[in-house]
Amino acid sequence: MIRLERRVDQPAWLKVAVPAGSVLAALLAGAVMLSLTGHDALDTYQRILERGFTSQGAFTATLTAATPLLFTGLCAAVAFRMRIFNIGGEGQLIMGAVGASAAGLALGDGPLFITVVGMVVAGAACGAVWAAIAGALRAWANTNEIITTLMLNYVAANLATYLVFGSKSYWRKLDGTGAMFPQGKPLVEGAHWPSVDFGNFTVGFGFFLGTAIAIGLFVLFRSTRFGFQVKVIGDEPRAARYAGMHTKRTIFGLMALSGAIAGIGGASDVGDTRYVLDPKALQQAGYGYAGIVVAALARLNPIAVVFVAILMGGLANAGRALQGPDFPAGLVGTLQGLLLVFTLAGELFARYRVRRVVTEHADPAEPIEPAPAVTA
Amino acid sequence: MPETASVVASAGGRPPALAARHITKRFPGGVVANEAVDLDVAAGEIHALLGENGAGKSTLSNCFTGLYRPDEGTIALDGVPVEFHSPRDAIEAGIGMVHQHFRLVEPFTVAENVLLGDHGRVRRSEAEARVAELGERYGLEVDPSARVWQLSVGQQQRVEIIKALSREARLLILDEPTAVLTPQESESLFEVLRRMTAEGRSVIFISHKLDEVRAVADRVTVLRDGRSEGTHPVAGTASRDLARLMVGRDIDLGSGPVARNEQPADDVVLRVEDLRADGDRGQAALDGISLTVHANEVLGVCGVSGNGQRELAEVIAGMRARTGGTVEVAGTTLTGADPRKAVAAGLAHVPEDRLHTGLSPSLSIEDNLALTAYRRPPLSSGPFLRRSRFRARAVDLMERYDVRAPGPTTPTRVLSGGNVQKVLLAREFSSDPKVLVAASPTRGLDVGAIETVRTLLAEAADRGVGVLLLSEDLDEILSLSDRIAVIYEGRILAVVDRADADVEELGLLMGGDTSHLDGASA
Repeated sequence: MIRLERRVDQPAWLKVAVPAGSVLAALLAGAVMLSLTGHDALDTYQRILERGFTSQGAFTATLTAATPLLFTGLCAAVAFRMRIFNIGGEGQLIMGAVGASAAGLALGDGPLFITVVGMVVAGAACGAVWAAIAGALRAWANTNEIITTLMLNYVAANLATYLVFGSKSYWRKLDGTGAMFPQGKPLVEGAHWPSVDFGNFTVGFGFFLGTAIAIGLFVLFRSTRFGFQVKVIGDEPRAARYAGMHTKRTIFGLMALSGAIAGIGGASDVGDTRYVLDPKALQQAGYGYAGIVVAALARLNPIAVVFVAILMGGLANAGRALQGPDFPAGLVGTLQGLLLVFTLAGELFARYRVRRVVTEHADPAEPIEPAPAVTA
Repeated sequence: MPETASVVASAGGRPPALAARHITKRFPGGVVANEAVDLDVAAGEIHALLGENGAGKSTLSNCFTGLYRPDEGTIALDGVPVEFHSPRDAIEAGIGMVHQHFRLVEPFTVAENVLLGDHGRVRRSEAEARVAELGERYGLEVDPSARVWQLSVGQQQRVEIIKALSREARLLILDEPTAVLTPQESESLFEVLRRMTAEGRSVIFISHKLDEVRAVADRVTVLRDGRSEGTHPVAGTASRDLARLMVGRDIDLGSGPVARNEQPADDVVLRVEDLRADGDRGQAALDGISLTVHANEVLGVCGVSGNGQRELAEVIAGMRARTGGTVEVAGTTLTGADPRKAVAAGLAHVPEDRLHTGLSPSLSIEDNLALTAYRRPPLSSGPFLRRSRFRARAVDLMERYDVRAPGPTTPTRVLSGGNVQKVLLAREFSSDPKVLVAASPTRGLDVGAIETVRTLLAEAADRGVGVLLLSEDLDEILSLSDRIAVIYEGRILAVVDRADADVEELGLLMGGDTSHLDGASA
């Protein structure tokens, strides 16, 4: 008989071994599936590895695909840490893109430094405001933030669509091709965000910024008073109130922070990649929802979000590049799904210890037993 | 009751209602909760299981109710060997259990709760009739159509018993049933149990209170460290002997006053005047409470649970808004509901719900020890925490307060009740408070931990802290207090000196009976 026992303490090695084992198990399950459908699993994985990471230009494309996931992953991780379920990374990113493209259009002729700072600040501010609406409702009216953030995603998407397709707004290109086909006004070339060339690959400014934010968040959660409050409120709001913590203000602040990060992701999309507000492309990409998956895979650890974003970005990038008659179109999606399922299932092994128990009768109804109290 | 003992002696004629042999249950990590425990419960007997917290009483009863499967040993009901694979098996075999924490669905009515788990077509009117019938037969009056959340704790317990009886339980196991009851409610519970045993049903009564066991049980089996210390007829065994078996050493049995060195001083450290506040359901929970606590003094507030004690503690601690009146801590008048201001004024608070209000259960001991002090130096500088000082402080406090745990990073939820309370007290005393509000500080703790906590409270009073002790345990109030106030329906009915306190009068006051005060000073 196999029995699960709750672990009292999690040894440190488990925190690495369990996710690594989960990824391996997901790849194995994927290999089985590929073999069953008549594909050569090893060959397929090798091609994913090449087109996602090792071949010429692949890693650059992967990082480009990873950057928005990095921001939305951090956005979700930040809020989920306090058990505030911000599903609104999508809308907050779109609002960030709206704000940043306006700033980029307005400041594009000035010095690049000013343009970039202006775009980042505008994107962060718009994302923060969008999330803070749901944050305020949650903190002071006890409204379910899952519903409000989800609904605000649609509002943001429709607003951006209206700005470009439904009105003659500041964001819409009205001359040239824009007179015939509705499209966003592009940034001038001088407003494009810088990137660093490492020889084999190029890293955009947005990725550096996201990584810096991840490190900053790691420090915030680990060793600041705010991070400590988030930990206590997330675990037991009553204890937080007892300790005199301002629970409502913290919820509001954390939501704004979470939204600001997604907003910077929107700014990066405009400044690093598209150089224009493109509502249709943003909606199709669904970065906000993918970010929730990234955060879950990273177990809400900001540093891990960086690596998971690269992994997921690589998979998405390879999937796009390899799509064709000999490469199943649904494979990448399936692999991502497998990764998520196995990682979340792997959580079980981090929390519980599996033990074989020898008894005469197998018992299907054996309850999971609580850990015994450490007795005085 | 010698005749009961003789019934048991002649058990050769009739097999016991429950016969357990060599029950052994081990938990991961090498903890042996039960080791080779034998237990015979005769038909028509009230059999007490006596032992400290952690002695293995609950584990043993969980083996009888199918929640756990013993690693070794056999169980027979009426001489027939049984093996339970799930709680359902045990219920069908006629074993009912009333847990310490009730398993009721609060928004449902009494009758609906009794119906829960039944199969097939159910009729509400039939269920209500059944509840009413059982209630009448055993003296368990409760309104079948009332919703459970509207009931008092004592009434909820009745629902649990009715639930078990409606499933034809022939053996009822009650886990610390009186922990939540008033003396009067306990007495009526005992009456219910006697009626049940008169019908030939059996009762296992789990307790760590000697006087209760003496009052209700026919025989008693003492558990210590998972082993049985033998079964004894209650009538022929001295309480002192039972206590020795239970703790394995001689203890001070009586609720004699805990030794104190200092007499209450003149300066008032806590002054509460005409305090009014609403309860969770919007009802008036505090109806004009006035109290003073002096330095070096313990003021005990006794009363039946639910008469405003929790609200009083919460309002003083700044966790609940008041609708009128004033609170003054060490000369500072507290305005508004802000726990931080209360702490800054010199207040320490041991809440009733230790693990979930006083502590953040999944957080480590070191984080919990910092819960109220983290925002000031030396634990933080500017916005940053000093984690190394968290650790050093935890190591120091754990040593000083004898917290038994694997280490400072152990989550508090895995600690035993006594250690949880030690963590909480260590933190609250470390802020060097002027006033301590302690709500039911020893509830659910074992004898050893109770002694420790009471000693810590008495030491605090000796250091000059004014202690407001809220407790339903009259013995505790009597053993610690310098003065005693009785709270009833949100009002203080009387305040008496410990020396003039009369247990019977206090009991009457706790029940709201002030007739004996007529013409007296009240």
